[in-house]
Amino acid sequence: MTTTNDLAGALGGTAPSRTTQVPRRSRTVPARRAAAPWAFLAPAIVLFVAFLAAPILYSLYLSFRTEKVSGLGLGPGSRTEVWNGLTNYTSALADPEFLASVGRVGMYGLVVVPVMLGSALLFALLLDARRSRARRFSRIAIFLPYAVPAVISSLLWGFLYLPGVSPFYWVFDQLGWDVPSLFSNRLVLFAVANIAVWGGVGFNMVVIYTALKAIPSELYEAAELDGASQVGIALRVKIPIVLPSIIMTFVFSMIATLQVFAEPTTLRPLSNTISTTWTPLMKVYRDAFTRGDLYSASATSVIIAVATFVLSLGFLRLVQSRAFGQENNR
Amino acid sequence: MRLTTGTKVAAAVAATALLATACSSGGTGGDSADGEAVELTFWAWAPNIEKVVDVWNSEHPDIQVTVNKQDGGDPAVTKLLTAIEAGSGAPDLMQAEYQKIPQLVSSGALADIAGEISGELAGHFPDGVWNAVTLGSDAVYAVPQDSGPMQFYYREDVFAELGLEVPTTWEEYAEVARAVHAADPNTYLGTFSANDAGWFSGLTQQAGASWYGIDGDSWTVQIDSPEVQKVAGYWGGLVEEGIIDNKPMYTPEWNAALNDGSQVGWLSAIWAPGVLAGNAADTAGTWKMAPMPQWDAAAPATGNWGGSATAVTSQSEHAAEATQFIEWLNTDPAAVQALVDETGIYPADIPASTAALADPPAFFSNQPDFYELAAETAQTANPFTYGPNINVAYSAYNDEFAKATEARTQAAFLAAVEAVQTATIEDLKNSGFSVKE
Repeated sequence: MTTTNDLAGALGGTAPSRTTQVPRRSRTVPARRAAAPWAFLAPAIVLFVAFLAAPILYSLYLSFRTEKVSGLGLGPGSRTEVWNGLTNYTSALADPEFLASVGRVGMYGLVVVPVMLGSALLFALLLDARRSRARRFSRIAIFLPYAVPAVISSLLWGFLYLPGVSPFYWVFDQLGWDVPSLFSNRLVLFAVANIAVWGGVGFNMVVIYTALKAIPSELYEAAELDGASQVGIALRVKIPIVLPSIIMTFVFSMIATLQVFAEPTTLRPLSNTISTTWTPLMKVYRDAFTRGDLYSASATSVIIAVATFVLSLGFLRLVQSRAFGQENNR
Repeated sequence: MRLTTGTKVAAAVAATALLATACSSGGTGGDSADGEAVELTFWAWAPNIEKVVDVWNSEHPDIQVTVNKQDGGDPAVTKLLTAIEAGSGAPDLMQAEYQKIPQLVSSGALADIAGEISGELAGHFPDGVWNAVTLGSDAVYAVPQDSGPMQFYYREDVFAELGLEVPTTWEEYAEVARAVHAADPNTYLGTFSANDAGWFSGLTQQAGASWYGIDGDSWTVQIDSPEVQKVAGYWGGLVEEGIIDNKPMYTPEWNAALNDGSQVGWLSAIWAPGVLAGNAADTAGTWKMAPMPQWDAAAPATGNWGGSATAVTSQSEHAAEATQFIEWLNTDPAAVQALVDETGIYPADIPASTAALADPPAFFSNQPDFYELAAETAQTANPFTYGPNINVAYSAYNDEFAKATEARTQAAFLAAVEAVQTATIEDLKNSGFSVKE
């Protein structure tokens, strides 16, 4: 018995305390039974604790601390880590750069999410329409950009955006058009948004398309007998039924928007208009790895995580009764 | 300095070598007693540096150095600071860029080797370079390896075609820029890059600026000094007039512009031939190098862009042996020759570099006196002090000057200088450094 406990303890760390709660320890069989599930769970628990729970708790801890330097700060022992209370949080929330990055991401989301989900829905409906041809090819062609890593696609688009090397600008030049650089202050948001839309439409389309495929064909027959057109079927039958999928893709897109990082970070060295704090996560990265201030970076990450959580859950709460309630009443 | 692909192959080789030594050394622990060899680890990213280290290892069986290849200056510093924080895991030796030294010293990562070095070491290096490893104090935190004195690189054929003289003063540089741009509106003599803080700090170093200073027990920050204002105002004027481009360097667009002749000049450093050979291969044989345009022609000066030193870390238990190795690596004539041949650096050591650098780089074979001229300019580098939060100053430079170059006004350039100064000094104060204003 001891060996079992030791083994489970070593794996999960929780087994001994669990076994002590088992009222009868005198007989070996129940104790072994009680330990068995923990032994099976242990790998998952260990991984969860080591790679998710512990880092989150550690960054929570770091977010309340800071490093203080004394004098010139030269020589060993001149830096000490001290308790900092909520200062990291208050200064992050009062930081104009952080607020500007949040505003920017908000604008970015207003551009990306409707365009991306609108196109995804449109493509899904077109693919699902009875008369569409070359479905396999179209589906793969639209999905393919999702398989390209964001860093690669940003580099590719970056080339196309730079007037000096872009074939598009060469054509504009030949036509005598004066097209402003996409990296100019007014357009850079759309330049970044374009990459996200290009990469994201395919994934969302597949999610919606899969939901459309699950609709029983009797519904269409009934609608056609009632005299509905294809457009009418799409608007009145298909969209209401796949609404839960659309809501799910909306939540995913919203989270992706709040966490946008790879595209602007890759484009930054190519332009003058993307700052090192262009999005909230870029600011976290700069604080942690350029400035070496893990403490305020942790605080900002916690703020972003909480905001993401609240926004996603809040939105789901808001739409749940309408979208999913309908499904239940059916 | 920018290093490219070959590094990864070298890293793989180094990693294999490391694994091999790790397996074979089982249990000796690197104690120097009883004739056991002292084992030192060395984090570096200069390409092929392990070949130079091999020379040392074969000559010194009692002090064996193992190179552990790093991705570059920034990631290596992050890793080292993490190891220092953790209390173990740091190497004995570390390649460190000059501007990173104050931050590393401030984090307690580097050992003071003033007591270990030989007396005449300081005389091997230009004052400006030596100052960067002592931080102007009595301590010595590293031995300089290479330096990046700045020069002016230009397309000789284009200058001849347009009948232009090589500018010797900044006033002349502006005139040449105007003439180049007037001859073809798509062509520029250069660009003001908001992405390269090291480039800008080199330009201000030439003008006599030093971004930081030590006053007693306090730091001073002079990023808004009259010298920096002068440089920023000068470039802001050129950008506002539109005779200098405002796009960042090291973009595909800039590479193409160097290659197709729409950028006909580059204010760069001694390692420029390698970059030009990679980015502008079609223009081989048409470039020449000249000293920087001057603020005061009577007192020629230059700044540094890039360069690094070799330091002993505070976790090393063999500081004496480690110091012996880095002195050899950076000042021994045979070692410096090997550094030049294998890694392609421009050595900081004056006596050894004259012998090592006889032939011009291949891309500049049309300029036989390339390294003679380079050595003359290297001597004129102004002293410059980097501070413990240069990383903050550099990232503020990126953001603030990006805004200014996009705004294209001289006023915005001057405002950017103020903003960088404010961000840097605020950060120092917030961290608790003693700062004198």
